[in-house]
Amino acid sequence: MSDKKHIVVIGGGPAGCVAAERLSRLGFRVSIVEKECELGGNLNNWDRLFPDGKRASEMVTKLVNDVKMADVAVWTDVEPIEAKRVENGFTILLSDKSLLFADAVMLTTGFAPFNAIRKEEYGYGIYRNVTTSVELENMIQAHIVPDTVSRVGMVHCVGSRDEKCGNMYCSKVCCITAVKQAIELKQMLPNAEIFCFYMDMRMFGPGYEELYREAQERYGIKFVRGRVSEASEDSEGRVAIKVEDTLVGRPMRMKLDRLVLMVGMEPSAGTRSVAELLGVKTKVNGFIQGGDPHIAANQTNVPGVFVAGTATAPMNSTDTLNDACAAAFQVANYLNG
Amino acid sequence: MVNFGFTISVTRAVEYDKNDKGCAEYVALRVPSSSACIGCGGCSATCTAGNLTEFNIRKIQMLMKRGENQLYKEQLHKCMLCGKCLTVCPRGVDTRGMILAMIEYMREK
Amino acid sequence: MFTFTSPNYEPFVWPFSIGMATLLIYITIKYIKWIYEFDKANRIKILKGLFSLGTLRSVKEIFLESLVHRKIYRENPMLGYMHMCFGLGWALLIIVGHLESSIYQASWANTPYYSIFFYYFLPAGAEYWGDEVFGFLMDLILLMILSGLFIAWGKRLYSRMVGMKKTTKQRPYDRLVKGVLWSIFPLRFLAESMQSAITGHGSFLTHSTGEFFASCLPVETLSYPLWWAYSLSLGIFFLLIPGSRYMHIPTEMVYIFLKNWGVKLDVKLGPNGELRGLSKFEVYSCSRCGICLNQCQLLTSLNNESIQPVYFLRKVREDVERGNEINNCLMCGRCEELCPVDIDLNALRMMQRQDHSVVTDETYSYIPSLSKTSPIKTGEEYSGCRKVAYFAGCMGHLTPRVIASMCNIFNKAGVEYHFIDEGGGICCGRPLRLSGNRAAADVLMQKNIERIVATGAEILVTSCPICYKSFKEEYELPIMVMHHTEYIDMLMHCGALNIRKGKERLVFHNPCELGRGCNIVEAPQRVLGAVGEIVATEFDGKASLCCGGSLANTVISPIERGRIAADALSRYTCSDPDCVVTACPLCKKNFAKVKQPVPIRDISEIVAERC
Repeated sequence: MSDKKHIVVIGGGPAGCVAAERLSRLGFRVSIVEKECELGGNLNNWDRLFPDGKRASEMVTKLVNDVKMADVAVWTDVEPIEAKRVENGFTILLSDKSLLFADAVMLTTGFAPFNAIRKEEYGYGIYRNVTTSVELENMIQAHIVPDTVSRVGMVHCVGSRDEKCGNMYCSKVCCITAVKQAIELKQMLPNAEIFCFYMDMRMFGPGYEELYREAQERYGIKFVRGRVSEASEDSEGRVAIKVEDTLVGRPMRMKLDRLVLMVGMEPSAGTRSVAELLGVKTKVNGFIQGGDPHIAANQTNVPGVFVAGTATAPMNSTDTLNDACAAAFQVANYLNG
Repeated sequence: MVNFGFTISVTRAVEYDKNDKGCAEYVALRVPSSSACIGCGGCSATCTAGNLTEFNIRKIQMLMKRGENQLYKEQLHKCMLCGKCLTVCPRGVDTRGMILAMIEYMREK
Repeated sequence: MFTFTSPNYEPFVWPFSIGMATLLIYITIKYIKWIYEFDKANRIKILKGLFSLGTLRSVKEIFLESLVHRKIYRENPMLGYMHMCFGLGWALLIIVGHLESSIYQASWANTPYYSIFFYYFLPAGAEYWGDEVFGFLMDLILLMILSGLFIAWGKRLYSRMVGMKKTTKQRPYDRLVKGVLWSIFPLRFLAESMQSAITGHGSFLTHSTGEFFASCLPVETLSYPLWWAYSLSLGIFFLLIPGSRYMHIPTEMVYIFLKNWGVKLDVKLGPNGELRGLSKFEVYSCSRCGICLNQCQLLTSLNNESIQPVYFLRKVREDVERGNEINNCLMCGRCEELCPVDIDLNALRMMQRQDHSVVTDETYSYIPSLSKTSPIKTGEEYSGCRKVAYFAGCMGHLTPRVIASMCNIFNKAGVEYHFIDEGGGICCGRPLRLSGNRAAADVLMQKNIERIVATGAEILVTSCPICYKSFKEEYELPIMVMHHTEYIDMLMHCGALNIRKGKERLVFHNPCELGRGCNIVEAPQRVLGAVGEIVATEFDGKASLCCGGSLANTVISPIERGRIAADALSRYTCSDPDCVVTACPLCKKNFAKVKQPVPIRDISEIVAERC
């Protein structure tokens, strides 16, 4: 047993992998605890990343390799079931009954996609041709988008910026995901008409605005400024939507072959349960409350417990990876302090 | 363009300085949530009346906030107060309350 | 009438007698005036009712509710006992006292005060039939009242003792009158005790205390002033009643008679916005007990303690300027359900909401004409018993799972149905009505009636309890109206649905308009019992909570609605059910705001899945 200080990283998604690798390279002993059988988190359920179209699988491979090279202990198929604060650290009991001692804990428990069933008016789980952006991503990856589809509508802000499902925040990634998926669809179905129904287009990242323009100019994606209020199904299974084209100033009705719901991010079940185990404060929206947003965003109310990535707020993969690096330094400062 | 039955001959602009913002002030006070509107059109999309006639709740409340009272006054009573708009508004605006407040203001004036 | 030298007369009877007579004259004039304002139909009802069973029913009700306070007792035994002590106790004191004094005098016609001050006039050593028993009874009754008084004192100090989280904030005047009322019985107790020490009457209570007082106090000097004080407290109390909440004591009894004679509440205000007819009796019948406070979710979830019926009716009675409390009410009916005096609390508030609708021929001319609704196809064979028209309602279109489930159920039961508002319908008009705009509501009602009748259906099934109440009570449709809960229950009853029972533990949230509003309580219980395990909660049936979505409230914000929903859900889910079941699209939508682990589903969804 070395006298190196030990950090337990809970959650083996992109944030967890990067944080673990960095901390290991900074000279700490690091363990990742992951409840799934492999590392990669939500990236494993994704095809390509915006804005450059990098394969998510490629990204995962890189992350996993980095973790391996950095000599990080990886515990898969387990999750913490008990955590106790002891002198100078924490003991964490895992579901396979192993007990870990940690000098510091890093929470990278991530997000879960919004459950679209809660937005009943859009008919998810009721109408055959209503899918979520996650399902569409899988369909694109598997090349199973039927070529009979001639008109697709993508609804932004499903489960985000919506008082009606208790999520007031912006999930940040859905706008650009819609643009990306619309382009991919158009590439697969050159004759299809694709509509994005948005409240605001939030193209905040580098290259996003350019991609938005490209979607309009090169791919002819149509952007309608209006929130879809409800959907119904006709006898042929087409989806009829109600929306106001607010820029025209009149309600619009339209039939679609497929309605795609751009689901937002919610704190994952792991985020909620680990926060409770460790007594970490969460925000009203359920994400973990970080410290000072400028200089201590990765700290929590519990000294020695840090947080990174989408466990603390919705963010894209680029920001997640950077956040994890920043968090690693904060942990190092704390332990070397 | 919706025809409200007459045209503005002097100018097409919203003459904000000249307009009467009394109703806007009254509604802002009575229905504080009205300030949260981002004009997404969810209310007007779902509106039963709005799908049948030129009644457009999103536009009415925007006009009201700008003091263009003449342009929507006649429309207010077409509302059936069914509350669907209230049930879809992503911003939690009491849209139905706004209509009631506008009607109340117009009546008292 | 009074023989001033009579041994049965003392000057101290005057305060009581004056108070009593003044009060009687006052209320008689007042009630006659109010009844005079009744419309003809209601006056005829009184005449017909006088010699009907209604009168007997009223006597029974007065005994059970005004004296025993059965309704309060059922909800809260401690509080019920307290009220019974005052109501029944005082009544028994008067009746038994009168009986005793009459037996002693061998005459029924004594001066009214004689029995009240009987123990003063009763000479030492007097014997009469049953004197021991009467003495014992009178002491027992007095003890009962005093024990009630003791609880009342406790309630003032600590209201939770009697199960009330909040008690009414009474006005200073009412507190004064209450003080006088509370002094009556201790004074009587003291006066009788002292008297007992002198004349030797009284039983286990007054006799023992009398002996004790005699051992340490000059009872002979004290007893006479105490009788004066007792009479004064009675007299003052009677004189103070008219302006106080205690007007409920006489008014409530008259109200019970009027109610049982079938007198109906006039739902419109007078030309100058004044209350008319029965509503006056109702307003004065409020005892300000405050039971409505703890029922009101605007208080429990939003901490608003000003709009509840107890305060609202006080403002109405005193005719002070009403603020937004007229509109700031969910009309969920939870208060009305438990009101011990059975006051039409919702109706009294509703009638204050003014009709501001401006309807011309133009207003609703945009609603498409009938030609667009095609009549139901007839002549084909189907196993269902009748032709059905289905109306999802405005909110139903925001809960497509409910619509899909209902269509599924119709198909499985082999019922031919016509989906009236498939392509979007028009509002039933109840939301307009609830906001006071009755004239506009009537226009929508006429349009809907035409559409419904044009389908040729024999049963109208709706998924929305708001529409349901409107169709059932306001529309006067020539066909049967059923909420889908009732309809599913009927289908199950006649074997049209093959239900498989599941193991899901279900909590049922009965929507306000369905349970309390339309009395549909058993149908959902039967249906749910057949499809899963019902988990009982304290909010079952008519005790259900409001989801907060009520369109009858035009004041609270959507965020506040969310708070009410969250509180209601946490109360429903404390027994950890698998699912909270409701039967109203609006409840479902309003609950959907709340992030919580238990799914909210409509009763039709559960049935559709299991048939």
